[in-house]
Amino acid sequence: MIAEAGLAALWLGAALCALQLIAAGLAVRGESELAAIVRPVAVAQAALTALAFGLLIWLFVRVDLSVALVFENDHSEKPFLYRFAATWGNHEGSMLMWVTILGVAGAAVALFERKLEERTLLATLGGQAVIGLGFYAFLLFASNPFARLYPVPPEGRGLNPLLQDPGLAFHPPTLYLGYVGLSVAFSFAIGALVTRDVGPAFARAMRPWVLGAWIFLTLGITAGSYWAYYELGWGGWWFWDPVENASLMPWLAATALLHSVTVLATRDGLRAWTLMLAVIAFSMSMVGTFLVRSGILTSVHAFAVDPERGTFLLVLLFLYIGGALALFGARVGKVREGARFDPVSREAGLVANNLLLSAILGIVLVGTLYPLILEAATGTKLSVGPPYFNAAAGPLALILVAIMAAGPLLRWRRDNLLPLLKRIAPAAGLAMITLVAVKLTAPSIRILSLLGLALAAGLALASVAPLWQRNLRRTPLFVWGMVLAHLGVAVSLAGMACDSSFTVEKLVAARVGETVAVGPYSITFDAVEPTFGENWQALQATLLARRGGGEALRLSPQARTYWAPPTETSETAIHTAIDGQLYTVLGKQAGDGRWQLRLWWKPFVTLIWAGGALIAIGGALALIGRLWRARRRPQEVWL
Amino acid sequence: MKGNTKWAPLVVFILLGSALTYGLAKPDTTNIRSKMIGASVPTFTLPPATPGLPGLSSSDLANGQPHLLNIFASWCIPCVAEAPQLKAIADAGVPVVGIAVRDRPEALARFLARNGNAFRAIGADDASQVQMAMGSSGVPETFVVDGKGRILSQVIGPINPQDVAGLIAEVKAAR
Repeated sequence: MIAEAGLAALWLGAALCALQLIAAGLAVRGESELAAIVRPVAVAQAALTALAFGLLIWLFVRVDLSVALVFENDHSEKPFLYRFAATWGNHEGSMLMWVTILGVAGAAVALFERKLEERTLLATLGGQAVIGLGFYAFLLFASNPFARLYPVPPEGRGLNPLLQDPGLAFHPPTLYLGYVGLSVAFSFAIGALVTRDVGPAFARAMRPWVLGAWIFLTLGITAGSYWAYYELGWGGWWFWDPVENASLMPWLAATALLHSVTVLATRDGLRAWTLMLAVIAFSMSMVGTFLVRSGILTSVHAFAVDPERGTFLLVLLFLYIGGALALFGARVGKVREGARFDPVSREAGLVANNLLLSAILGIVLVGTLYPLILEAATGTKLSVGPPYFNAAAGPLALILVAIMAAGPLLRWRRDNLLPLLKRIAPAAGLAMITLVAVKLTAPSIRILSLLGLALAAGLALASVAPLWQRNLRRTPLFVWGMVLAHLGVAVSLAGMACDSSFTVEKLVAARVGETVAVGPYSITFDAVEPTFGENWQALQATLLARRGGGEALRLSPQARTYWAPPTETSETAIHTAIDGQLYTVLGKQAGDGRWQLRLWWKPFVTLIWAGGALIAIGGALALIGRLWRARRRPQEVWL
Repeated sequence: MKGNTKWAPLVVFILLGSALTYGLAKPDTTNIRSKMIGASVPTFTLPPATPGLPGLSSSDLANGQPHLLNIFASWCIPCVAEAPQLKAIADAGVPVVGIAVRDRPEALARFLARNGNAFRAIGADDASQVQMAMGSSGVPETFVVDGKGRILSQVIGPINPQDVAGLIAEVKAAR
């Protein structure tokens, strides 16, 4: 009965979604008596999908094998947390989560958005309903999560052991909140294009929603990167995998949007551009979903390779992105041109930021789709790897960092070059000193890493400069947010540069009892013993790592075998020191009795994710600061 | 925004969408022409993989005589299937050499005793390093190498009985 109830809730939700669209559409056209029902319908619709999603979680936790999806992805011997998380560790469940978040985001707009002009808000909720309908149809007609199975099998088929990790419980939901949260910005842009109401008030209304989605996206990408780092056992933290790119592209667009919406809110500039970015950001989310779900690009994440579903999603993609861009083309000419500004001004800095972020977005998009485009044109197959992305996006990212250091020190509307140079001089000086010092201590360092370290130092100083000579207790929270987020970029960049240039890697075949030196550690291969867990068995190595004359640390990397389904994985063992991480992996046993050990010393690698977390915290502070101020001074124009 | 630029995003998207449509519609093929064809074999020296046969180095392949280089392993079932074809090629006078991937000497000796030995030399590639440098991603794979050590062609997967005559002719033609 639970599955039937879930399916019924989903159908009802879809019906309400259609009602939301019709009511909002008519209300925008002047049938004002329908306006009153749009908000309640949006909330009820969200409640129904949330109910359906909750019921699916319940089915998974109870391991109800009469449901095909549960049979395929669940197993009664799996620990509770993983049965719970298995709900979204598959195609249908993750699409239901997508629709749920979409509905809940719409409901949140209906409940909490009070600043937007009423007609624009109705058009926005209409836009949200249009997106919703397509994905409801996708769920109900092409990916029903509640389909029954008969006869009922005695046991489920388990779950990919790579996915049996606490990371899975949090990573996809966080990322989806970001992905799908951007739908609100998309719908806002649709609403604004329909009613032609684009201005500072619109921008201030849209900003918190963009910020919210962006925070989750930042957290999701950061967490996903760390997850891949310790779970895959390859020692890398970013692989330019199509799916990673699929999450990076909306983030780049959302970051650009976050900055352009500030120009619109503060100076009434960049009107058309901001709308465009709002459309692009969520379009990138949908393109990403399509890439992952259709299986047209090979990737570790592509767990539902099904051309029929791919076709369905492609049609949705054409309808939504094509429709929004056509609306943009038809309507944007009627949007009044925004305010002008000087070439040396905060606005100009933010425009440069936007152009660079868009260029990087373009590079990532081209790199991700290039194999496909090339094959379409010439029939040649090839893959685009990290060398392309690093070489093409790296230098642009460094220029972006340099502009980022200067940006917050620029005045709005008009600034002079000379005083600006004076303000930026300490940071530039620190960058130069770092450059020379690093080059002297590590002469063989690669140029991108060297520049990265120097710019990171400069940016770190420049990003706290807005606090200089300011009463810190009266500094608005969103300024603190900006400072922290920019500082986070500096921290993360420093981590990336250190990892790529100072990492020590040792691949050895060692006998028990041998000692290997890696970076500052000497590691003794003490033992290999069998061990087991709830649904796996493993060979576990004991490594004793000593640094100088210090106490020996015990690291226990494992080569695990899961039995449902039978799969081998390697569990890394990582020791985090104050100045880096020791990363160890146990490989196979060679014919002569020696074991393959992969050992890395990665100086300051943790800064990468610490920086990511700082960026997200900065975003959260900015969000709280904006909402706080909007509540206290609702009439204020200069937010 | 004025004139036609406002339609530019839509045009870009339609181009992009067409590429995606193509990607979805294209038939899946596994027929990939190796980038290594025409290139010299990578420099390597591999120890003997089993007692009684010499090891293999890249200089052995550039001794003026064309070779058939077979990458295989005793634990690989398709390699058993292609063994008679390799033997037939060797019996026709073609020098066949091998690289055994992640193998053990005793297992390899059993493999050769059971399936016949077509090889003049077998190098032991315990970490798949030479295999990967050759642009090979699995076993079995077979390369035709000319007298200067250049790769002329690559067969991915086992050699079928109908391929034998063609391979013999190709090696003989590759003086």
